[in-house]
Amino acid sequence: MRLTTGTRIAALAAATALLASACSGGGDDAGSDDGGSAAGPVELTFWTWTPNMEKVVDLWNSEHPDITVTVNKQDGGDPAITKLLTAIKAGSGAPDIMQAEYQKIPQLVSSDALADLAGSLGDDVAGQFTDGVWDAVTLGSDAVYAVPQDSGPMQFYYRADIFEKLGIDVPTTWDEYADAARKVHEADPKAYLGTFSANDAGWFSGITQQAGASWYGIDGDAWSVDIDSEATTKVAEYWGGLVEEGVIDNKPMYTPEWNAGLNDGTQVGWLSAIWAPGVLAGNAADTAGKWEMAPMPQWDADAPATGAWGGSATAVTSQSEHPEQAAEFITWLNTDPEAVQALVDETGIYPADVPASTEALTDPPEFFSNQPDFYEVAAQTAQTVQPFTYGPNINVAYSAYNDEFAKATKAKTADAFVDAVDAMQQITLDDLKNQGFNVSE
Amino acid sequence: MTTLTSPLPADVPAARVDARRPAGRARRHWRGAGERPSPVATAVLLLGALYCLLPVVWVVVASTKSGAELFASFTFAPSTHLADNVADLSAYRDGLFWRWMVNTALYAGVGAILSTLVSAMAGYGLAKYTFAGKNAVFNVLLAGVLVPAVVLAIPQYLLLAELDLTNTYWSVLLPSIISPYGIYLARIYAAAAVPDEVVEAARTDGASETRTFFQVAVPMLVPGLVTVFLFQFVAIWNNFMLPYIMLGDDKLFPITVGLSGLLNQGASQPAMYTLVITGALLSILPLVALFFVLQRFWQVDLAAGAVKS
Repeated sequence: MRLTTGTRIAALAAATALLASACSGGGDDAGSDDGGSAAGPVELTFWTWTPNMEKVVDLWNSEHPDITVTVNKQDGGDPAITKLLTAIKAGSGAPDIMQAEYQKIPQLVSSDALADLAGSLGDDVAGQFTDGVWDAVTLGSDAVYAVPQDSGPMQFYYRADIFEKLGIDVPTTWDEYADAARKVHEADPKAYLGTFSANDAGWFSGITQQAGASWYGIDGDAWSVDIDSEATTKVAEYWGGLVEEGVIDNKPMYTPEWNAGLNDGTQVGWLSAIWAPGVLAGNAADTAGKWEMAPMPQWDADAPATGAWGGSATAVTSQSEHPEQAAEFITWLNTDPEAVQALVDETGIYPADVPASTEALTDPPEFFSNQPDFYEVAAQTAQTVQPFTYGPNINVAYSAYNDEFAKATKAKTADAFVDAVDAMQQITLDDLKNQGFNVSE
Repeated sequence: MTTLTSPLPADVPAARVDARRPAGRARRHWRGAGERPSPVATAVLLLGALYCLLPVVWVVVASTKSGAELFASFTFAPSTHLADNVADLSAYRDGLFWRWMVNTALYAGVGAILSTLVSAMAGYGLAKYTFAGKNAVFNVLLAGVLVPAVVLAIPQYLLLAELDLTNTYWSVLLPSIISPYGIYLARIYAAAAVPDEVVEAARTDGASETRTFFQVAVPMLVPGLVTVFLFQFVAIWNNFMLPYIMLGDDKLFPITVGLSGLLNQGASQPAMYTLVITGALLSILPLVALFFVLQRFWQVDLAAGAVKS
């Protein structure tokens, strides 16, 4: 049986028709990327993973009929960035506006994913933020790649009821923290004061930041990698020692097992950041009123310091056709008192804008209603966040952390922890060179 | 992920093997009348069943618990909050979950129907026509069966980005239409189930090639096509990588991507375990229903294989 010419032509025609209808149909459905520039309102898309962000954006849309913003909710953090970078490489598909964690900004900038907003922002924007936060969105240059949204200064969260029962004072130094960890574990072999999580590189970089580490450096136009600094090694050795002793847990955070520990009181403390109340309320609602927050234990009690975990900025992507309007929106979102108040009320973030957040944050979070001075303590710790530089391949450093510390927490020795830091340094440095960055050693 | 195991041996090999063996009914009788099944085999199978069913039981039990009970109460102790959980899930961002359900049904339903049609046409073409490069095409298809769809997601994204089709329904539907495995099955089935004589008879009677295909071949292919449809439907229903990469607008998400987003809220937000578990339970119900409904086609298929000689 052979195909007749007629059948072949018919098949070809059918295939072409299918493809053509597919393409035209797609055009009708797409609709989101082609914000009409000539007539009608400018349409902007906004990728964010902050819950309830659409409610804040609704405020903007009701007041600005000429610039309509649509929220596309994304998976938190890393996946959204990966998706954005794929879209940037593909040349289409990126949103106009993007939520970006501070540590991801160098990577995004080096991939040409972000628009420089220096010419579009008002002169007064920079003054709203602390220097550390503003540096994170300018990378120390004259360009501005994003407007800061929230910050995540770290504090120590603990079960006040269990501390009281065991007669433990709130630790103010890391030595006291180690003693408290021993007491907690002695009183109940299943209980731990905390866990060293090999899944949360952002947490580890935060506690090394407190000790004075900065994983990257910029020397002129060259990057340097400084993960295996004295400060990071000191922190790794300290935690490795506690895990080796068995008084600190070695299981990752954010697992069902960890949640169970928060609920049944076998996770007695958590070194976390200002957004911790939301996580605790979501994972262990029944423990409300039993937790309290204190500044981080210190390496040097005379020079209080802390690190940051999380926090993000709002950026305009290089694919946006309306960077001016997008810049107008993100300025409003992060500095307008009404918007910042809505961010606090609806999304529960800790705004980076200093004047507006002082205004907006008065009552403690509901979960911490037993601690009326919650935001006063928080504001004090926020002022002690140490400077820290993130680099363009922080994703590689983070995944090296996950791999190497997964092994170290399994090995449960202080030496393994120090080795893991060395391995992170090597992997990150090699990758940075392989990617063709100018690297100084 | 749900995997299909039962339908495969039912269609093609059965049709071939049965020609040389006693008919299906007789064979079943012979097996039933023989010695009792060995206790060891039964125990192994029971263990296997337990292994498969326990997670399902867990999902059912866990979906009845409130957020606080989920990590605090005994694993297999059911609670009474299923209705609350469903209500919470429905209330999440104005019922976005149900939109995801509709999207998934659309992707899986339309995608599987189109894919079955394409597979049937291509399979029939490969089985019943002779043309230059036929073997090459079939070999490429066979190679395609071996390439996991996950690997293709990024290249497909880059291709569709060229056409500005990413972040649309089409970006998930179009790549789902071509299924090398579906075409492969359809070809084998068409070769076995549609005799050349029938096709030639239709031609002699003056039917066009199109009519021969739709009115003569397709009815004979139905059991095989149901299998292809189910395979594709389940594959698209469970597909994560492709829509995950293609879609940015959460109103276009299927269930899989939407639920994963509820779990991955970033470090500063609690994962919404209760909603995800309830959502997972609801999302498998249509699949279970589909299997029950389409089961009888496999029985038809068995019988068809038995009668053919």
